[in-house]
Amino acid sequence: MSTTTADDFHGAHAHDHHDADHKPGFFARWFMSTNHKDIGTLYLIFAIIAGVIGGAISGLMRYELREPGIQFLQLWAQYSDGSGATIDQAYHLWNVLITAHGLIMVFFMVMPAIIGGFGNWFVPIMIGAPDMAFPRMNNISFWLLIPAFLLLLGSTFVPGGTGNGAGVGWTVYAPLSTSGSAGPAVDMAILSLHIAGASSILGAVNFITTIFNMRAPGMTLHKMPLFVWSVLVTAFLLLLALPVLAAAITMLLTDRNFGTVFYDAAGGGDPVLYQHLFWFFGHPEVYIMILPGFGIVSQIVSTFSRKPVFGYLGMAYAMVAIGVVGFIVWAHHMFTTGMTANVKMYFTAATMVIAVPTGVKIFSWVATMWGGSLSFKTPMIWALGFIFMFTVGGVTGVVLANGGIDDNLHDTYYVVAHFHYVLSLGAVFSLFAGFYYWFPKMSGRMYSEFLGQLHFWVFFLGVNILFFPMHFLGMSGMQRRVPDYTDALAYWNGIATHGYEIMAVGVGIWFVNIIYTFVAGKKAEGNPWGEGATTLEWTLSSPPPYHQFETLPVIDDNGHH
Amino acid sequence: MNRRINAFMMAMALGLSALAPSSAVAQAEAAPAAANAQEAPAAAEASNAATPVPAYEYSRPVQGVGMPREGEVYFQEQVSPTGRYAYWMHTWILMPVITVISLFVLALLLWVVVRYRRAANPVASRTSHNTAIEIAWTLIPVIILVAIAVPSIKLLAAQFKPAPKEALTVKVTGYQWYWGYEYVDNGIGEYVSNMLTPEQAAARGEPRLLGADNRLVLPVGVPIKLIITAADVIHSFSVPAFWVKEDAVPGRLNEKTFTIEKPGVYYGVCSELCGARHGFMPIAVEAVSPEKFAQWVKSQGGTMKGEAEAAAPAAAAPAAAAPAAAEPAAATNAAAPAANATAS
Repeated sequence: MSTTTADDFHGAHAHDHHDADHKPGFFARWFMSTNHKDIGTLYLIFAIIAGVIGGAISGLMRYELREPGIQFLQLWAQYSDGSGATIDQAYHLWNVLITAHGLIMVFFMVMPAIIGGFGNWFVPIMIGAPDMAFPRMNNISFWLLIPAFLLLLGSTFVPGGTGNGAGVGWTVYAPLSTSGSAGPAVDMAILSLHIAGASSILGAVNFITTIFNMRAPGMTLHKMPLFVWSVLVTAFLLLLALPVLAAAITMLLTDRNFGTVFYDAAGGGDPVLYQHLFWFFGHPEVYIMILPGFGIVSQIVSTFSRKPVFGYLGMAYAMVAIGVVGFIVWAHHMFTTGMTANVKMYFTAATMVIAVPTGVKIFSWVATMWGGSLSFKTPMIWALGFIFMFTVGGVTGVVLANGGIDDNLHDTYYVVAHFHYVLSLGAVFSLFAGFYYWFPKMSGRMYSEFLGQLHFWVFFLGVNILFFPMHFLGMSGMQRRVPDYTDALAYWNGIATHGYEIMAVGVGIWFVNIIYTFVAGKKAEGNPWGEGATTLEWTLSSPPPYHQFETLPVIDDNGHH
Repeated sequence: MNRRINAFMMAMALGLSALAPSSAVAQAEAAPAAANAQEAPAAAEASNAATPVPAYEYSRPVQGVGMPREGEVYFQEQVSPTGRYAYWMHTWILMPVITVISLFVLALLLWVVVRYRRAANPVASRTSHNTAIEIAWTLIPVIILVAIAVPSIKLLAAQFKPAPKEALTVKVTGYQWYWGYEYVDNGIGEYVSNMLTPEQAAARGEPRLLGADNRLVLPVGVPIKLIITAADVIHSFSVPAFWVKEDAVPGRLNEKTFTIEKPGVYYGVCSELCGARHGFMPIAVEAVSPEKFAQWVKSQGGTMKGEAEAAAPAAAAPAAAAPAAAEPAAATNAAAPAANATAS
């Protein structure tokens, strides 16, 4: 095995019993894996494939929106609806595209990458554990995602109402998703969500158990790295929120197929009930996507500032606070459904409260850098980009939190701009930051620093040109989820499509960098980042041995924040 | 871009256009309006059949007013008191706050990047706590949020102020994919409003995808109470120039109150995903003086509040039979949401 000097906890004992780097054969290793690092790798590969598909779909949409009128939809509809697709089938295809883009990016890109990928890889290592608590359950968590994804993709080719595919939006609102969408497409999408949800719940159980039971001696909760804290909070959110989604979409399924009327007013049900249930899941879901990103950024800022994280406890409990408050603000997604004045006032006030712990995090990152000795390696510039872009996305959230203001902005492109700033420039920036931070550790090779920095600047430019004009479109009155718009909105839509093109070039640079790394990348040391990198993964070789910490590390009192 | 044409041929009396659904947006269920045959006002109208009903002409929209503007980066001009208040709050409270916060964070980042780069500060400090500053950056945002919450709550209170007795009530119903308007106070049965085709819109000088064949005609200076519902799936009624958006939910009767201050044509769009033609069911509001509104009501065979009682006992209604016969389909359309509402 390739023991290095950095392999403090492992090297001395490795030869006593068996070779810790003994790996099973290819099929057993990648298809029956119980190793947290291999499963993490599978999650990352899956997320990249899903991200390419979801990103390509957004490319189709931006291409259609580049100018007023319908240019391509009817052409594309032939591939899902057969030749001679009608204009209504083309419009339906649009709804299928927005639905697929949303569901793929949320359930099959961000969550698998940030929790399944980085969480699996680094949570056990950071707490000094040899693996996850339930390795076989870990395996099934990943492999459930495959049928879920195939079901969602397959739904595109079966009837879903006006045309083929589920055209109901990622929110799957009733009654559009019940009486409004005949055919099996929506059923397939619902089943896909059920399976993806089960996968996430199993993963959440695994993370909670691992973090509570498998910390190395001396690794108290208050010494855990913030990334582990963020995954812990996220796992609880998943555990509490996903069953509610499962219940909501199960009732959709029975409304669709078994004659129940949970969401049908004509039978005593209520369509708004679905929205309450969905957003009780849906709002924590947005924190599920961003909290691990907070954790990643905290690790990176600390590493490249050569300083411990400022206000560690405040940072940890700010995430707990965001998680808790995240459960009592859901109806700000429903301000226009006809709620009473008092309810609207409550949800306005409660929503704005979330800005407080979020502000604590932003300022603590700045304070961590304050007085530090900063180096601007690729992960750090992504983290810096994250902090600023997330702030911009966050403040438009404060605007939208005002129920009275939302009466104009609700369901407009302003909302699209807002949530892409926190997700596409927030969560995705944290994903790229984490990728560059840990890729040398995972692959054992260094990426090209030049290509990494180029990737950042091109992508940064692209997404800002893509999403910033959407604020203007929304304030002018452009509604979400439409394939065509009145001619006066052409200017900013054209600009946004150019932004997409620039962003796509950025993603291309990233792929070139990955190929470069495997073909010509220098060998990575155990700790390529120097003295600022204090968490346990940097004490191991790069890549880490197949089984790490057969002798548990002991954490001293100085702490590993 | 503007697609203006010189020959502006509009002059379709609304009563006629209601009977002639736009053929290009052919929808089987988009049959014309249901004039409730049993309504007394219809009968009253019939008694006056000798007097010719004055024709009503829609006003022509002003480019850039009540609709998106080319290259615009901000809200449409507001023409309702609550809209103006919301606009003011966004412009003078929210925008400054979020701009200052964003620039402040950017400035802090630039400062640490320059001042604490490794070349400038080779040895990092070990400071990791400062209780005073941590309390400060928790409490100051709280104060800012309270400062935002005060006008925000005030705005909500204004938007939810109940409509006074003299308010004009109009029932709005969302269908896949058009709107139905019914003037319950004026005895005007539901008529439907379909999007104009691009050619029709150009001919009438209206923006593409925003113009509608039959507009929602409302008086200025009079409180309007909209009762909003839907017949099939959820739609959302919105007019950005009034700062109004309210979902049309099947089985629910949502209420929205506002007052329009300026005559004009104001456009909106369906703002909740409702299926294939979600992007093609615009809302066109014609805001007119109360006198002109009365004229329009008359042209529709309706009566103004107060007139109805006086005229109601008048003769039986041969004239009412004609429109009623034309639309059995629309009558069932209109009945559906009502049935839902009762069921819930």
